[in-house]
Amino acid sequence: MQRAGLTGLVLLVYAAHQDVWWWRETGPMLFGFLPPGLWYHVGYTLAVSALMGLLVWRAWPAWLEEEVERHAHPHEEREV
Amino acid sequence: MIPTLIVFAYLATVVYIGVFAFRHGGRSNSAEQFFVAGRQLGPLVFLLSLFGTNMTAFAILGASGFSFQNGIVTYGLMASSSALVIPLCLFLFGTRIWALGKKHGYLTPVQMYRDRWQCGDIGTVIFIVQAVLLVPYIIIGVMGGGTALAAISGGLIPYWAGGAVVAVVVMSYVFFGGMRGTAWVNTLQTALFLIFGAVAFVLIGRGMGGFGEAAAALASAPETRALLTRERFTPEFFLSYTLIPLSSITFPHMSIFCLTARRMAQFKPTVMLYPICMVAVWLPSVFLGVAANHARGVPAIERKLEARARLAQPGLAPEQRADLRRQAGGDDILLVLLHHYAPVWLAGVLGAGIMAAVMASDSQILALSTMFTEDVFAYYGGKERFGEAAQVNTGRAFVVAVTAVAYLIALEAPARIFDLAVQYAFSGFAAMTPLLVGALFWRRSTRWGALAVAVWTLAAVAAVAAFQAFVPPPASGQTVVWEMGGAAALARTPGGTTVFGYLPVVPMTLISALLMWAVSLATRPPDAATVARFIPARHAHR
Repeated sequence: MQRAGLTGLVLLVYAAHQDVWWWRETGPMLFGFLPPGLWYHVGYTLAVSALMGLLVWRAWPAWLEEEVERHAHPHEEREV
Repeated sequence: MIPTLIVFAYLATVVYIGVFAFRHGGRSNSAEQFFVAGRQLGPLVFLLSLFGTNMTAFAILGASGFSFQNGIVTYGLMASSSALVIPLCLFLFGTRIWALGKKHGYLTPVQMYRDRWQCGDIGTVIFIVQAVLLVPYIIIGVMGGGTALAAISGGLIPYWAGGAVVAVVVMSYVFFGGMRGTAWVNTLQTALFLIFGAVAFVLIGRGMGGFGEAAAALASAPETRALLTRERFTPEFFLSYTLIPLSSITFPHMSIFCLTARRMAQFKPTVMLYPICMVAVWLPSVFLGVAANHARGVPAIERKLEARARLAQPGLAPEQRADLRRQAGGDDILLVLLHHYAPVWLAGVLGAGIMAAVMASDSQILALSTMFTEDVFAYYGGKERFGEAAQVNTGRAFVVAVTAVAYLIALEAPARIFDLAVQYAFSGFAAMTPLLVGALFWRRSTRWGALAVAVWTLAAVAAVAAFQAFVPPPASGQTVVWEMGGAAALARTPGGTTVFGYLPVVPMTLISALLMWAVSLATRPPDAATVARFIPARHAHR
C-alpha cells in the first residue's frame, strides 16, 4: 500500500513538470525578475528534494546493505 | 592577464591533487584502488564529486549558451527534470549497483551484465556501444576547455591551445590519481563553483543595473519577450527532455562512481541534496544567459546579437548561415559576462570554477579506461597473463590515448557543445536504460533482450546522425521528410530531428524497452540460481 502510494506520488510529481498552463506568460515575476516559467521550476526542484527525503525516509532499501554484510561475514550469525 | 594566471594556478593545483592521491594510495597498482578508489569514498566527497561529475561543460557553458539563445526554457528542459530523474535513478539503480559491486567485486557495468545474463561476447558488444557513445561526451570537455581558456584570456590563448592545456591537465591527474584523484578534484571543483557562482551572480546582476530592470526590458521588447516564456518550444519537445536524464545512471562513469561509496547510506544525502545543488548551479547559469541579451556596451555580446539578427534574414547561403550561427553561439557567454562585469580577481577565481566544471570529462576518461582494462584486457586473459600491475598500467596508457584522440576530434568538431551532447551521447545512453531495469528488476530478462537493446541503440544513434548529415537544417520552422496521417512523422529542425514532434530520445527509449520485453519473452531465461544472485525472490517483478 505504501509502495503504491509513493509510486503514485512520484508519477504525480513527474506529471507536474509539464506546466503548460503558463507557457506564454511573462508574469507575475517573482522578486521582480523571475518569470513564472522559471520560478515554478525552481520551486518544483525544491519540492523534488522533499520528495526524495520522503523516499529515503519511508522506502530506503536497507535490505541491500544487510545482504552485503551477510555476504561479507557469512558465519557471523552462527557465531553470535 | 590576472584571470589567466589564477586559472593556471588552479590547473597546477589539480595536477598536484592527482599526484597527492597517487602518493596517498601508496602508489598502489591494485585495480580496485585505481579504478574505484578502493570503494572507500566518504559521504561529502561522494556527494560533491558525483554532482561535479555531472557538471560538465555541457551544464555550465552549454546551459548558459542555450539560455542566451532560447531563454528560460533551458531550466525546465534540463535542470528541473534532471533534479527529479537523477536522484530517483540513484535511489532505484545506484543503490543496487553498489550492493552488487560490493558483493561480487564488479568494477564496471559490463561485468555485472556478463554475470547477470551469462553472456561473454554480448557483454563485449555492450562495451563497444557504451564506448562509442561516451567519446562525444569526452570531446565536449575538451571543446569546453578550449572555449573557456580562450574567453578567460581574452583571446590570448587560442582555442586549440586551450583545448590542449585542458586535455594535458585532465590526463595528468587521472593518470596519477585514478578514481581517488578524480573524486578529490571534482569535490574541489564543485565547492568552488557553488561558493563563487553565487557571488558572481550578484555582482553581474549589479553590473547590469539589476536583474529586475533586465527582466522588465526583455519582457517589454517584442524581439526578446519570448526568452522569458517557453513559446518557441512545444510541450512535446519539453516532455521529450524528461527522458534524457535517464542517461545519467547508464553513463558508465556514473554507474562506476556508484561503486566508490564506502557504505550505502552515503547515497542518502546525495539523493536528497542533489536537487538543491541543481538549483544552486543551474539557476545562475540559466538566468545570466538570458539576461545577457540585455547587456549593453559589451562588444562581444553586441556582435552575437547582430549575427543573430542577420541570421533571421531570408536568402542566406548555407555557408553564410553556418558562419553566422557560429558567431551568434553563446557557449562563451558566461565568460564574456564575467570578463566585463566582475572584478579581475573574481573573474579569475570563477574562470577557474568554470574550468573546473569543464574538466568534468575526467570521470568519463577514467571510466573508459576502466572499461577497456576490465571488460576487454582482463576479460580476454590480459590480467592472467601479465598480472594486475600491467592491467593498471594499461589503464593509464589508455587514458593518454583517449585524451589525445578526443583532442584531435575536438579541433575539427563543428557542432555546438549543447547539441552534440544531447543528440548523441545523452539520447543513446537514455535508450540503454532498459538494460539496467532488466538486469536489476526483471527476472525474465535475457541476454538476447540485452543484445537487442545494445544493437538498437547504436543503430538508432547512427540513423539520427546520418539523417542530420544528409538533410540540411532549415533556417526556421521544420522540413517535413515523412508525413503520416497529416502529422509530421519525421522532420528536420534547425537544432536536430523530431519524430511526431518528439525528440528522437522518446522513440529510441520506448522501442528499446519494447525490444527488451519482446525479445526476452521469446528466448530462454537465465537459470534460476544466477537470477537469484541479482534479484532475491521477494523483490522480483515477474
